[in-house]
Amino acid sequence: MEKSHSELGQIIVGVARDPLGLMGLIIVGVIVFCAIFAYWIVPYDPIAMDIKSRLQGPSSAHLLGTDQLGRDTFSRVIAGGQVALKVALPAVFGAMAIGLTLGMIAGYGPKWLDNLLMLFFDTIRSFPTVMFALAVVALIGPSLQTVVFVVMATSIPTYGRVARTQTLTLRNSEFILAERSMGASMARILGVHMLPNIIGVLAVLAAMDIPTVIALEAGLSFLGLGVKPPTPSWGALLKDGYSLIRQTPWLVVGGGLPIILATLGFTFLGESLRDVVDPKLRKQR
Amino acid sequence: MTDTLLEIDHLSVDYETGRGDLKALRDITFDVNKGEIVGIVGESGCGKSTLISSILRLTAPNTRFREGEIRFKGQDLLQASERHMRDLRGADISIVFQDPMQTHNPVLTIGQQMLDIQHRSKQSKADKLAHAAKMLGAVGIPDPEARLKQYPHEFSGGMRQRIAIAMALMSEPDLLIADEPTTALDATLEVQIIERLQELQREFHCAILFISHHLGVIAELCDRVVVMYAGAVVESGEVREIFHNSKHPYTRRLIECDPGHIKERARVLPTIPGEVPDLANLPGGCIFRDRCDQAMARCATEVPPLDQLKEGHHAACWLNHEEVTT
Repeated sequence: MEKSHSELGQIIVGVARDPLGLMGLIIVGVIVFCAIFAYWIVPYDPIAMDIKSRLQGPSSAHLLGTDQLGRDTFSRVIAGGQVALKVALPAVFGAMAIGLTLGMIAGYGPKWLDNLLMLFFDTIRSFPTVMFALAVVALIGPSLQTVVFVVMATSIPTYGRVARTQTLTLRNSEFILAERSMGASMARILGVHMLPNIIGVLAVLAAMDIPTVIALEAGLSFLGLGVKPPTPSWGALLKDGYSLIRQTPWLVVGGGLPIILATLGFTFLGESLRDVVDPKLRKQR
Repeated sequence: MTDTLLEIDHLSVDYETGRGDLKALRDITFDVNKGEIVGIVGESGCGKSTLISSILRLTAPNTRFREGEIRFKGQDLLQASERHMRDLRGADISIVFQDPMQTHNPVLTIGQQMLDIQHRSKQSKADKLAHAAKMLGAVGIPDPEARLKQYPHEFSGGMRQRIAIAMALMSEPDLLIADEPTTALDATLEVQIIERLQELQREFHCAILFISHHLGVIAELCDRVVVMYAGAVVESGEVREIFHNSKHPYTRRLIECDPGHIKERARVLPTIPGEVPDLANLPGGCIFRDRCDQAMARCATEVPPLDQLKEGHHAACWLNHEEVTT
């Protein structure tokens, strides 16, 4: 166990050495910190209305002003980050776990199963995400779980395909043949020998996917398909700000800036992670 | 008569391809006795690899076992269940592959991999690691405990092949298959590996089926040799007999072409003219006929049988037909 810890430490050190990686690490760190401790950070209750002080600009009382119902924008931004991560993390990790499992089965299993799973992936991919989201929302109603489900379902094929391709390349490699000739079972080959070869690539893919998912959640909320109104979300903030842009620009800033920052932060982190984890580059160090 | 460990009995294997059935192995018959080193020699594409993957039953999906049996300790492996085959692999039969740069998982340490292949053992992790270190020591890896924590890319090719041998011998198999284990290594390392194999064979008393196209190595290491050509056994016998009293023109030409046997400087190394016949569309008669300088009329029409010429020496050539004792 201690070995994998030191490896994780090595990866973090490697990312921190890269200036962009360090920036990504800091941004993601701040976002995650704010999301975890949102309850203690927010100066006001993010859903408490105060009609008397509506649509204010930034002041010492309200750092980013207030919205049309007098809610504190800064508090809503912080709480919105929590919602964004609550959607992004389970969706991405769920999609990765399911995609990885199905992809490895497709890559290692018999040809007919491979064809069946690929058909399944292609079917999912052929739906435009927003259309799919509309259909699902119409069916089970807008909520945090719906967004997680939609995002997860639409990203499974991406992970599945990558995992399948990796498995296909590995299954004919000599060390897998060597494993088979040593009497290893299919479960052992997939779990002990293939998984460590594939997981790095997928982890990087996941890190790069998180900003997409955050943007997707914001987009769905912007369209009114995401989380329900009183719940703060960056997309919902942006939507309110969009209709009230003539009265105050601060809502758009409050909704847009965190989306941009989160996207940049996770992308930097993901790219830097890819460089550090890539086994070809790692061997040279 | 010593105990027979592995008997290949009239084995014929086809590959189903778009061009029709490729007759990769035809009527292969030979034995490997307990504790014996048998060499299989032949040029590329003669079916050596098909033979070993058939023994382990790790063949490509388009493989058809047309005829014959592979008996290991008397049991026919071609009829054995997949479960039984898996129990044999890595326990009773193990294999060392050709390219040591490819045979280890690049993302796991040598120690993790050596632990993993002991998955059948009920020993504690510490005992398994100690056993792994002992095996690495036995193949001459210095400081084995520290080396267990390293990844495959931190070892040289020769070391990796020795590690592969250590892993193959870990379960003390009865039969070790070595598939051209020295082809990917340079000449100095080749000698090292061969010497190490000889020592280990004496220590573990396992039989070795040694596949190579390097005649010098075969002569050095093996007790008996099987010469294969285009999917068939053309000659088999004791090493000394094969090298000094070969009875098949192909074997003789092969020995003549070995650079180790050439005494005079020549501009061009000798070769056997002609090409291996198309295995999907075999000509009648002797398969070596087109490239043989002693071919007779009979060679074009009849396939020469693998005759026993004297105790333990077989050859498939019409030239010997007066000498046949049986």
